[in-house]
Amino acid sequence: MTTALLQARDLRKHFSVGRGLFGRGGAVVRAVDGVSFEIMPGQTLGVVGESGCGKTTTAKLVLCLETPTEGSVDFDGHPLVGLDAEGVRRYRRSVQAVFQDPYASLSPRMRVGAIIAEPLVTHEDLQREKVDARVKELLDFVGLPARAATLFPHEFSGGQRQRIAIARALAVSPKLIVLDEPVSALDVSIRAQILNLLRDLQTQLGVSYLFIAHDLAAVAHMSHTIAVMYLGKIVEIGPAAAIAKTPQHPYTQALFAAALPSHPDEARDEIVIPGEVPSPVAPPSGCHFHPRCPQAMPRCSSEAPALRAHDDRRVACHLYEGAPAA
Amino acid sequence: MTEPLLELRSLSTHYESARGTRVTRAVDDVSLTLERGRTLGIVGESGSGKSTLALTIMRLLPPAARIVGGEIRFEGEDLLQKSPHEMQAIRGKRIAMILQDPMASLNPLFTVGDQVSESLRVHEGASRKTAWARARGLLEAVRISAPASRMNEFPHQMSGGMRQRIVGAIAVACEPRLLIADEPTTSLDLTIQAQYLSLLRDLQRQHHLAMIFITHNLGIVAKMCDAVAVMYAGRVVEAGPIRQIFNKPAHPYTRALLDSIPRLTDDSHMRLPAIDGQPPDPSAPPSGCAFHPRCPQVMARCREQAPPSLTVAAGQTARCWLHAP
Repeated sequence: MTTALLQARDLRKHFSVGRGLFGRGGAVVRAVDGVSFEIMPGQTLGVVGESGCGKTTTAKLVLCLETPTEGSVDFDGHPLVGLDAEGVRRYRRSVQAVFQDPYASLSPRMRVGAIIAEPLVTHEDLQREKVDARVKELLDFVGLPARAATLFPHEFSGGQRQRIAIARALAVSPKLIVLDEPVSALDVSIRAQILNLLRDLQTQLGVSYLFIAHDLAAVAHMSHTIAVMYLGKIVEIGPAAAIAKTPQHPYTQALFAAALPSHPDEARDEIVIPGEVPSPVAPPSGCHFHPRCPQAMPRCSSEAPALRAHDDRRVACHLYEGAPAA
Repeated sequence: MTEPLLELRSLSTHYESARGTRVTRAVDDVSLTLERGRTLGIVGESGSGKSTLALTIMRLLPPAARIVGGEIRFEGEDLLQKSPHEMQAIRGKRIAMILQDPMASLNPLFTVGDQVSESLRVHEGASRKTAWARARGLLEAVRISAPASRMNEFPHQMSGGMRQRIVGAIAVACEPRLLIADEPTTSLDLTIQAQYLSLLRDLQRQHHLAMIFITHNLGIVAKMCDAVAVMYAGRVVEAGPIRQIFNKPAHPYTRALLDSIPRLTDDSHMRLPAIDGQPPDPSAPPSGCAFHPRCPQVMARCREQAPPSLTVAAGQTARCWLHAP
């Protein structure tokens, strides 16, 4: 059995908000509240959920941009927590990111060649010619001509800019790339190009992805495993195709039922769940989803369900528990 | 046969640069019809002219834009012949609009009650008291809980989904005949989007509204619309009944667009059939058919001559030389 590239165990990130004078009376937002997952080498973990579910905080924890309040992350068998500055630097070579907006993530004052070379300059002590050769190779990887290196980002379209951002992420040959909504800012006809490119790169280079997006079909298409988050917790995690076809947690069911059809005749059960995602400052007791859940039972409001193995996946729902654990 | 509710005839809107040297044909020779109570989807990518088309119908264009030709027949009248004052009486009363960002449509300094009752007072001359009472009923109709207390709250006290529902309440306040929704759910979460779309459908049934959905999302079209018009570089390249277009797209662009979208129902770990290249710069579209540089079935003729709108099936038209007799 292969070992996981990245393993997160009971990861928590709490933010204090609205703290009064002398730090009293502050509320705590449990942005990520006990999340465990693993990312296998050369595979994609897709994370879906609505605003405030904690998917972006999870990505930041994986990128070492936030320190977890509790829990651990192991990368390649080594714990991340407690790394010194040099260790974090080495870790960041192995983990890169591509963000949603390629207009914001590329410096307008740098030429594309310099943008792509920047991680090489930061992390590797290479000769000029070697850097140039690597930039050319990376541009070729992402389907841009070599002369692109001499141009500025504003001379490119959104899709091309996202290719540049991907080339920059690939520069230091990372093992994991965090993709935070990589295609949602792009035109519809461009999205398939970028999704295909990401897939091809994964096949060629064996890189793993943490793919965060609200477009469920794109996540299902790209991912090997899907984790569904709601108010800081994973409510369901399992093989992508199984989750997309037979979601089990009532929230996953509602989420996938809310996905738009791809054809007017596509039969889909309409599950319109009432209400909105509650504030993460004061999440509902028990199962966070119970006030909106069409199948809520009395115990759901008092007892938080644990994420348990069920069939081919893990689900956090009392419906799938049978008798309560002794 | 009764007259359609809205009929656009060869409508063209151009943007001109300050010195008049650059002309962008944002909307180019667009003809469409919409029957009463029906829903038309207008899909296109950024720069395709779909939002300019909506603003043209509302006659809310920015100063740099000019309607250079065509007709907008609405309930038998040509809206292009109306004075700005007459248009004011039509907007919000007979044609209403919902924009993508509800915060941009709501005034942060007035209570929700003020804003929902405003159009009733302006367009129907309702008294403050009646308008307020009717506004409360409208909030209830758009499923806002505790409407009476929400009336005295400000937009910033509400969630994005609630704000967008309030914009919906304002839109239907004066019983318009036509509702134009420009990307109304783009800023909403998935389950909130589902709530909003089902709300719009209910409002449509109750008020016998005709709707135009401006969107880049073919899923919304599949879910909500009876007919669809696909725009590319300012032109309607294909239009027709929804099932016809999804089952038998006649224009290579429509077909490619439908194929390139990942589906939940796919068993896919295959590659998506992507469209090469990128959408054209609207100020410098390619010669002939604007799609020809990306078209897998391009012919010599496509590079020189723009194809006319050709009928390919009952109610379905396409601007493509493949369908020329």
